[in-house]
Amino acid sequence: MARIAGVDLPNNKRGVIGLTYIYGIGPTIAKQILDKAKVSHDKKVEDWSDDEQSTIRQIINDDVTTEGALRSEIQTNIKRLMDIGCYRGIRHRLGLPLRGQSTKNNARTRKGRRKTVANKKKAPTG
Amino acid sequence: MSRSLKKGPYVHYKLEKRVLEMQESTKKTPIKTWSRASMITPDFVGLSIQVHNGNKFIPVYVTENMVGHKLGEFAPTRIFRGHAGSKK
Repeated sequence: MARIAGVDLPNNKRGVIGLTYIYGIGPTIAKQILDKAKVSHDKKVEDWSDDEQSTIRQIINDDVTTEGALRSEIQTNIKRLMDIGCYRGIRHRLGLPLRGQSTKNNARTRKGRRKTVANKKKAPTG
Repeated sequence: MSRSLKKGPYVHYKLEKRVLEMQESTKKTPIKTWSRASMITPDFVGLSIQVHNGNKFIPVYVTENMVGHKLGEFAPTRIFRGHAGSKK
């Protein structure tokens, strides 16, 4: 089992897929890493030699922000927006979408689960 | 879609002139502007700008972090006061 950047990679998957188990590495970055390390994309994680593993680890260490470092980077970026009080920062504070989406309906990803308002008056019928 | 780099950042020409003058002078009086679309360039740092929000001028003190944002981002045009019936 290969341990890279503090994450166990699945043994029985192809290298490109296996690398995407690391936070901060998606399909594109995974391809770039393997190309740079000159390892076939289709080679299973368990078939990597020690040398290949160490070159991959080296490349990730040097060129890619992953896991905790990436998470904290994102958090500091958000914090910057909130501190300077710009529109996006305010929206982050309110927990609403930042990019001009409609919030009359939907926007549930940002707003979270529906909060039902009690005693809402019924619309008069007829 | 972001603005073409070839053009450089947009700053209203009159505002730019005022900003450069203000940086030269020692006393920093706020600059009133309606140009919400103007980008904050490094020249702005340390000035206070009053940005129009459609109703009145919102004072914005420009810090280094704000460079690259636009003036309008700091002067909200809508005020949300909560829904009717919901208690604060």
